[in-house]
Order: sequence, then structure tokens, then C-alpha cells
Amino acid sequence: MPLIKDGRIVEDEWVAVADGEPVPADRPAIVTFERWQAERASFDGRNAALGVRVKSGTLAPAIAPDLDRFALVAIEFPKFRDGRGFSTARELRERYGYEGEIRAVGHVIPDQYRFLLRTGFTSAEAPENTNPESWAHALTEITVAFQPSLDDPQPLSLLRRRLGS
Amino acid sequence: MNHIAPGRNAGVYSYDDIDRRFVAERVEQFRAQVERRLSGELTEDEFKPLRLMNGLYLQLHAYMLRVAVPYGVLTSRQLRKLAEIGRKYDKGYGHFTTRQNLQFNWIKLEDTPAILHELAEVDMHALQTSGNCVRNVTTDQFVGAARDEVVDGRVYAEILRQWTTLHPEFTFLPRKFKIAIMGSDADRAAIRVHDVGVFAKRNERGEVGFTFYVGGGLGRSPFIGKLIRDWVPEEDFVAYLEAILRVYNQYGRRDNIYKARIKILVHELGQEKFTREVEEEFARLRGPKYRLAPEIVDEIRRRFGGPAFETLTDEPESFQAAKAANPDFARWVAVNVLAHKVPGYAAATISLKPAGGIPGDATSEQMELVADLADAHSFGELRVSHVQNLVLAHVRQDALFTLWTALEANGLGTPNAGLIGDIIACPGLDYCALANARSIPLAQAISARFADPARQQAIGELGIKISGCINACGHHHVGAIGILGVDKKGEEFYQITVGGDPTLTTAIGDILGPAVTADETVDAIEAIVEVYLSNRHDGERFIDTLKRVGHGPFKERVYAAH
Repeated sequence: MPLIKDGRIVEDEWVAVADGEPVPADRPAIVTFERWQAERASFDGRNAALGVRVKSGTLAPAIAPDLDRFALVAIEFPKFRDGRGFSTARELRERYGYEGEIRAVGHVIPDQYRFLLRTGFTSAEAPENTNPESWAHALTEITVAFQPSLDDPQPLSLLRRRLGS
Repeated sequence: MNHIAPGRNAGVYSYDDIDRRFVAERVEQFRAQVERRLSGELTEDEFKPLRLMNGLYLQLHAYMLRVAVPYGVLTSRQLRKLAEIGRKYDKGYGHFTTRQNLQFNWIKLEDTPAILHELAEVDMHALQTSGNCVRNVTTDQFVGAARDEVVDGRVYAEILRQWTTLHPEFTFLPRKFKIAIMGSDADRAAIRVHDVGVFAKRNERGEVGFTFYVGGGLGRSPFIGKLIRDWVPEEDFVAYLEAILRVYNQYGRRDNIYKARIKILVHELGQEKFTREVEEEFARLRGPKYRLAPEIVDEIRRRFGGPAFETLTDEPESFQAAKAANPDFARWVAVNVLAHKVPGYAAATISLKPAGGIPGDATSEQMELVADLADAHSFGELRVSHVQNLVLAHVRQDALFTLWTALEANGLGTPNAGLIGDIIACPGLDYCALANARSIPLAQAISARFADPARQQAIGELGIKISGCINACGHHHVGAIGILGVDKKGEEFYQITVGGDPTLTTAIGDILGPAVTADETVDAIEAIVEVYLSNRHDGERFIDTLKRVGHGPFKERVYAAH
């Protein structure tokens, strides 16, 4: 599936490993959070980067104790309407200070791209036949924001923009 | 785009270039979304929430566009634009809703981008009037005018409007989310039947703070909002709401649409555990990032401007003389006019509930007339109430007679605010795809039965609320008399409840007995009223008599013939 970063399709250096399949030792790999929990000892001494894929019902506090082991957290959207992932990403950043990659996987649409970036996601897996232009356009179509957020330390928030004017 | 600014002294929040740019961008975004749907890039499943967040529903016979009227406050220019849209794109009227918004019920999908463009010309939109996001915030229709007001809720409602607009974290919630705010002891916004009800008040030092009720709601499982914090300081207003929404977004149920509202989460977790979760989140969130600084509140308040009131005295002679000379006018004043915080002024309710009429409907001509009257008598500003009436909030008492004369001449002078004819009714089976039964014809029949203004006034405060299905858009649970449409083998029946109360002493009504037909319902209402009148003590309201004598006598009389 095409990976979107900074508004365009990029090469994905990560490999997603299904449960039961061997995890390659020499390249960045994403395993399910359940596998990580069951087989955590098997990853001791691993040198290549490790990522986990969490279901939408797995919230930030459950992942937090092991965060320093993960270079990437992939948060699943089973349906694009299931918005729990927005809170999970935001908590990973704001509450737990996570600085690695946060990736939206599953079903997300370009109309959510700005929300993803504003809550701390860095990349998104798009549907196979996605229109790249829609993702690029999503970055520019709305230029006003009313809340503090993660993608812009000084957004045009209701508070700060009024103070300056 | 040709922008028309609201009147300088209207007391309406004035948009700046950034607000306008935002609305214009949203119109273009929706236009592109419609195109992507038509090209097949977006599936219907993906397009639906996007169109809902622009206020566009697919109803039984046509599309319905719900236009946002933030906290129910409008300028006369905005109302004229709504009248124009009603004439141009609908059938010459609009329908004011229980969320203080306006719905056009006969819209074509292909016209919507153009309509949104026209709305943007007068700083209006249809954003977040539907969908699983934070909806338009509602408040007291007399906000900024009522003599009993402690805190002007408009300022905080506007802060909420901005903070909730395209909130990146809370736009795909488990279900819709409704906030109401009230700034006086008299609850005119039904705050305890909202997902979040905010009660703004002042402490002994005069500082503003907020009491939070969470988890109220009607629908198939009615709940009364629970008190989770008595005092949230002004500077933490946004942080506290952010905490509530984050708990809801993470833990609210997503497996069953009927159990997805926050009321179910509060109920299932229990008040104590839910409150603890919110308090923990709040403790983490509290800080400079979400702090609502006093200078921000002042700036928002400044942007409302405010009517330039004159120094007058209450009850001027001409006003007293007009009341003495004209009993119909005196009755309208007694029923539809509320004391104003500024001496010599008054807030007047324009009833959209004439006997036999459709509750909340207004023709384009009526809207234009009310807009003219708002210009002449109320600084070009008016309000929509959650009971589906209009309000001119700042009328000089010595102009009330002129105002009433004009209203009366155009069928808008019905003196029934808060009385039995002031019925809330959902659109029902005449429009709505979810309804089991029609609501509007029943409301028409009841208001026709009680058409006599003297009789209505003698009966006194008695709210009838009608819903065409269990989703309870007509708030039947909190009607002093509530009516719920049910389907019995393809026939419309109505279940009657009594004793509901939408104010701070919130109560859910009790079912009186088996459901009856529409005709029988009208007779049953009459029977209930007769039992009340023959049992009431001096000055006793219907719900108080009901509490004292119990359901027995009412039930007996209503079902005597069965």
C-alpha cells in the first residue's frame, strides 16, 4: 500500500511482518503489539529498527512502558470513522514524549490527513488506488486552525492570533 | 465574495478576515468532496460523514440542509439571506430547530455548494450541524439580555465554537456531541439533557467559573446529566472540556450506535470512575497550552461589541397606557415579554406557534418582516430559541406596542410563549426517514384545540413536546406532557408521558398508560388539563399539581372511555 509522507507517496523502508512469519533481522520491521508482548525476549539484542502495530482499542497507556524500544508505532484505523487513533497519537506525543514515527494504517482518507498531522502522526498508509493529488491538496486546502496542535508550534490558534492583531 | 458586515452595535460576534477565509476554504473543500464523490474517488460510505459535517442530510423525500446559527444569535442581514435562500432553493420557507439552527427541507444536492457560498457572504455556514463531532453550541435565547443573568454565555459559546471547529482530535467521535451553556439560575437551555451541560456562574470575588454536568441525553435511553465538577475556573474552561472529550473519544463505545453517546459511558463506568478519569486527564492537560487567558476572553467579548443602550426607566407611561387600553397587547406582554437587564428595555418572544400552525416554520416573508422589525426595534439582532421561536432581545418598552401591532397584523403575535400552545415537535414522518409517526399534524391539532389565548393563559406554564420516534428530537421525555409516536402494525399511535422537566430540576416523564390514536391523544391532553385545573391550588404549576396528586386521577380520566 502506498505510504504518504509530507503530502506525497514515498518509498516504505519498513516491512510489515504477519504473526507467525519470521522477523527479518537486518531491516526495519513492524510486528503486531500482541506478538511483541508474547515474544518480547526474542527481540533482545536486535539491531535493526523495530515497530509495533496497535489496534484502535489499544490506547497509549498500554504501549507507553515499552515505547523506548520502538522506532515506529503504527496505529490501526479499522474504519476511517473510528477516531480513537487521534487521541492515541496525541497522548504518545504529549503525555509520553514519544519522538519516533507514528503511522496511520488501515482505513484513512485524505480528508483526515491534516487531523492526523495535527495530532502527531508522521505518515499514513493510503488505499492501493489512492489519488496522490488528494493527499497533497489536503495539506493546503484549509489554512486556518483554531486549536493548539502538534504539527505547528505556533498555529493560528484562536488564542495567539487574536493577541497579535 | 461580497461580504456584508453585521451592524456595528448589534452585539453579534464580528468575523474578521481569518474567520471569512476559513469559511470560504470549507466551502471549496466541500465542493471538491462532492466532485470526488461524483468521480467515484470517495465511496458513499466515505462521503456520508463528510457531507453530514457540512449539514447535509438525506431525508425521506429530499436533501435537508441544516444551517448553523451559533448559539442561536443572528443579524437581520443573515435572516434576510436565509429568507432569500428559502425562496430561491426551497419552497419559500425554513424550519427553526430545537438546536437553535435552521433547516431547509427541500434542497437539491447540486445546489448545496452554491447555497453554502451564499451563506458565506453573510458569515454563515452549515458546519458541524450534523455528524459525529461537537455540534453547534446552544444557550439561553435571552443571553446578554435577561435580568436574571449572572454570566454572559455568548462569549464562552463563541470560544467553544472556535475551539470545536475542525478539532483535529475530536472530529470522528463515537457519536454526536452536544454542549449547552447557561449563565443564569433559570435554566432556559435544558443543559442537563445535553452530553455536556455547562452552568456559568461567579464566586464571591466575582470571578467566572463553570459547573459541569456530563452524560445527559434523551433518545431511547434518557439520562439526566451528572454533576462532575462544581467549579472549573475560567482559565481552565477549554482544558476541562478537552479532558472530557479525550476520555469519551478513547473509551466511548463504538460497537453499537445506540450505546455510543457519552451518557452510556458515564452510566457504564459510573459517575465516580468517569469523573476520576476526567480529573486525571485534566491534571495532565492543565497548563499554558490550553490555558484560556483573561485577555483572550476580553478580546472575544470586545468583538461582540454590544448594543448602545439608552438610559431609560422601566414601565414608561405610554407603555402602561397601551396595556390599559388594549387587553390583547397586555396579554402578549404578560406572556411573551421578559424583563431586561437594562431598565426601560424588554426581551420579546415572537411565537412561531400559531394555532394550527407548524411549530418552528417561518415563511420567507415572515423572516423578512422579523428582520425589518429587528432593525427597527432591536439593534438588527435576533435569536432563535430551542423551543423553536424567535426573540427580539433588546426592545424599548415604549416600542413594544408598535412591535406587537406589526406582529399581530402578520400572524406573528400569538401570546403563548411557554404555554400549552408553545409545542416543540420534531419534523416526524412528514419529513424524517427515522420517524414512526407524524408529529406536525398532531401539534397542529392540539394547538387548534387550545387556540383561545385566554384559556391558554389560564392554564399557565405547560410544555408539550412531541417526538415522532424514540430518537426523541422533540424532547418528549422532558415535556410536562410528552408525546411519543410509535408504530403499531403500520398504524400511528402515540404514547403519553407526564411530569418531564427540562430545567435544572430535570425530570424524565413517566408513561401514563397504553398508546392511543392521534384523535384520542388530543382528547387525552384535554382530559389531563381538566384534571389539573380541577385539582390545582392557587398558582400551582401543572408539574407541581401532578407531583402532589400523583398519576392516578389523570390516568383514570384519560383511560375512562377505554
